[in-house]
Amino acid sequence: MTDFRDETIQLAHGSGGRATRRLIEGLFAPLLSNPALDAMGDAASLEVDRSRLAMTTDCFVVNPLSFPGGCIGSLAIHGTVNDLAVSGAEPVAITAGFVLEAGLASSVLRAQIEAMAGVARAIGVPVVAGDTKVVEHGKADGMYICTTGLGRVHERADLDPARVRPGDRVLVSGPIGDHGITILVARSEIDLETDLASDSRSVLAMTRALLDALGPGVKWMRDATRGGVATVLNELADAAGVGVAIDEPEIPVRDEVRGACELLGLDPLHVANEGQFVAVVSGEDADHALESVRSVPGGEQARLIGEITEAPARTVLGRSGYGSARVIDVLIGDPLPRIC
Amino acid sequence: MCLAIPGQIRELLPDDEMAVVDVMGVRRKISMQMLVDEPATEGDWVLIHVGFAMSKISDEDAREQLRVLEAMGDDADAQAEARGYAFGHAEDESGGPAS
Amino acid sequence: MKYVDEFRNAELIKRTAEEIRRLADPDRRYRIMEICGGHTHAIFRFGLHQLLPKNIDLVHGPGCPVCVLPSARVDEGLEIARGNDLIFTAFGDMMRVPGSHGSPLEAKARGAEVRMVYSPLDALKLAQDNPDRRVMFFAIGFETTTPSTALTILRARERGVSNFLVHCNHIMVPPPIRAILDMPDMTLDAFIGPGHVSTVIGCEPYRFIAEAYGKPVVVSGFEPTDLMQSIAMILRQFRDGRCEVENQYARALPWDGNPAARRAMETVFEPRESFEWRGLGFIPGSGYRIREEFAAFDAEAVCEAPGVTTLPSDPRARCGDVLKGALKPSECELFGTECTPETPVGALMVSSEGACAAQFKYAHVTISA
Repeated sequence: MTDFRDETIQLAHGSGGRATRRLIEGLFAPLLSNPALDAMGDAASLEVDRSRLAMTTDCFVVNPLSFPGGCIGSLAIHGTVNDLAVSGAEPVAITAGFVLEAGLASSVLRAQIEAMAGVARAIGVPVVAGDTKVVEHGKADGMYICTTGLGRVHERADLDPARVRPGDRVLVSGPIGDHGITILVARSEIDLETDLASDSRSVLAMTRALLDALGPGVKWMRDATRGGVATVLNELADAAGVGVAIDEPEIPVRDEVRGACELLGLDPLHVANEGQFVAVVSGEDADHALESVRSVPGGEQARLIGEITEAPARTVLGRSGYGSARVIDVLIGDPLPRIC
Repeated sequence: MCLAIPGQIRELLPDDEMAVVDVMGVRRKISMQMLVDEPATEGDWVLIHVGFAMSKISDEDAREQLRVLEAMGDDADAQAEARGYAFGHAEDESGGPAS
Repeated sequence: MKYVDEFRNAELIKRTAEEIRRLADPDRRYRIMEICGGHTHAIFRFGLHQLLPKNIDLVHGPGCPVCVLPSARVDEGLEIARGNDLIFTAFGDMMRVPGSHGSPLEAKARGAEVRMVYSPLDALKLAQDNPDRRVMFFAIGFETTTPSTALTILRARERGVSNFLVHCNHIMVPPPIRAILDMPDMTLDAFIGPGHVSTVIGCEPYRFIAEAYGKPVVVSGFEPTDLMQSIAMILRQFRDGRCEVENQYARALPWDGNPAARRAMETVFEPRESFEWRGLGFIPGSGYRIREEFAAFDAEAVCEAPGVTTLPSDPRARCGDVLKGALKPSECELFGTECTPETPVGALMVSSEGACAAQFKYAHVTISA
């Protein structure tokens, strides 16, 4: 049974919020249902000849193609590696499909592929296959990239939302919102200027350090891309049937991201990241978890931002630090700047 | 109904009565046309709404408010009596020097 | 001093909460309307209602321009743009506001040329950058925003930009407050006044609320300590038997507002005889239109509005009762079922500062912080 009733596909169906969930849960999941898909992780978990493998796929659509701190090419590799990393896996190989718009300058394409190659080399994952399609001018924003990533699951990893319990703690790997605000600024519609750069990076070294240190003490991980930290925490609350309470003063946010959010009426928790993940670790291992992430270069600003609670179930609360709290909901549609 | 946020003037631009303001490290060009009666200068703080400076922020009044807030709870009645509680009437328009 | 964090200080917020508890008379109820949607948003974002004693109710007012905009205006704006091959520009807030045939964002997904702008000056720049196209700015907002549209039109005239148009939906704060105060089932005791609107109109225009209707008004800033302090100031007026207009927001708000902004506004705009508010109906003298002198920039004057059919609003949506404080959002039968922020039936569900959307987003769970 599928219960997706929306008449047409709207941009909101791709923005990572409720509409996306409605599309996935109402159409894709029921029609394509199988145990690996039904787990709804960032990567599917497969067992082949008694090896635990993780497999993920991702499409990259970004305008502009290059922005401070990254480009669609580096994003494609980082995003794929990160989906594997937060699934507790070490990447083994990546494939990439390219949809190119007729008229795209070869120099632009070359720069993107060079960026992909550089990033893949640095992480140590080969791009082992590819495919190319060219569409008419005007039918794509320059280029789109679709990837598949294959990884081998860390032997001590046991990531499963069903293992999340009240008293577990929530860790975030660093300051949030850099990517989304950088892209918003780079699009120049809003005409803001900042020194911000996207956080596009691999989180593999951090997730590896966390799993090496805690093994099954790590219960759940997600990279907080579209829809931001708020969205992944809501997915956690739903999947685990628990409450998530975060302490808002503890959330690391750079001044520039805050400034842009204040100016445009956005919530940093809804802004996309491309190099930050959120993890749930058992309460007694929390300090150890924080140390292990902070010991990795780039992980110094990791923070424990909250805890898992029993009630209110399936809800994310932001605690203010002065005796009040608010419900932190998933994003509805794309984040749009507001003036009122 | 109206989102407005304080920013500091970094640079007055010669043309168009515009200025570059800074909001926590984010910069934008805004119009200073609404402040013609009471021109602002570099370093001043202004309230920004849809790309326009709406008013100058008075450091003096901001500090005064914080003083009143800090006194709350200590001896609320005494401080309120002394202060009358309402500041900001016709005679004390804001526009004092900002730091 | 950054003028933001200082006023979000946890210790100071706690002190204001204590002060409110001390001032509130436990033997009575206080129904206080925050007029401004920005205040509604701040109250939920910072959880301020949870810090108040049970006998203080905050009633969310009509001060959200996208919420009170009737679908007929959205329909007309989109239709004028479509029928005359204009580029439609509007603030991000407008993008999801439903007309009878969808929102500007949906029109864009169907192929219409719809752009989001942060400032009316950005729409003017778009017109200057595209001299072979006509650009229409769909203008919304209260008196805070109206002067910026006025100054943009003045600049367009000064520069001789002839491909820039404005569809004017600017509205005023005092008339709907009077309309609410005149409603027979009105139960409000006091008002938190809109600090940012007042940076233009000043505090004088609220005097009738205190003097003719006997309801205290405190014009407030938007940070948590501002709102809490304003509530304390209202309670103090009740305790002392005073009834007046006070300015809590002196750091950014001169008592007299901004005369230069008002001059620009009055040069370009004049009051309409009547303007429709979603949920409140037609209110005399509550909207602005572009003066004849500037008709060349007035989309309503320049463009044919092709016959627009506006569908009647759902009679079960009780936005009007919520706006005047007679009904809590959750008491409406559509709330949270057919009417949600993603599929809004009524206007108050549209903007995150609409009373219903705010309640849906932030308050549907009982919170014990």
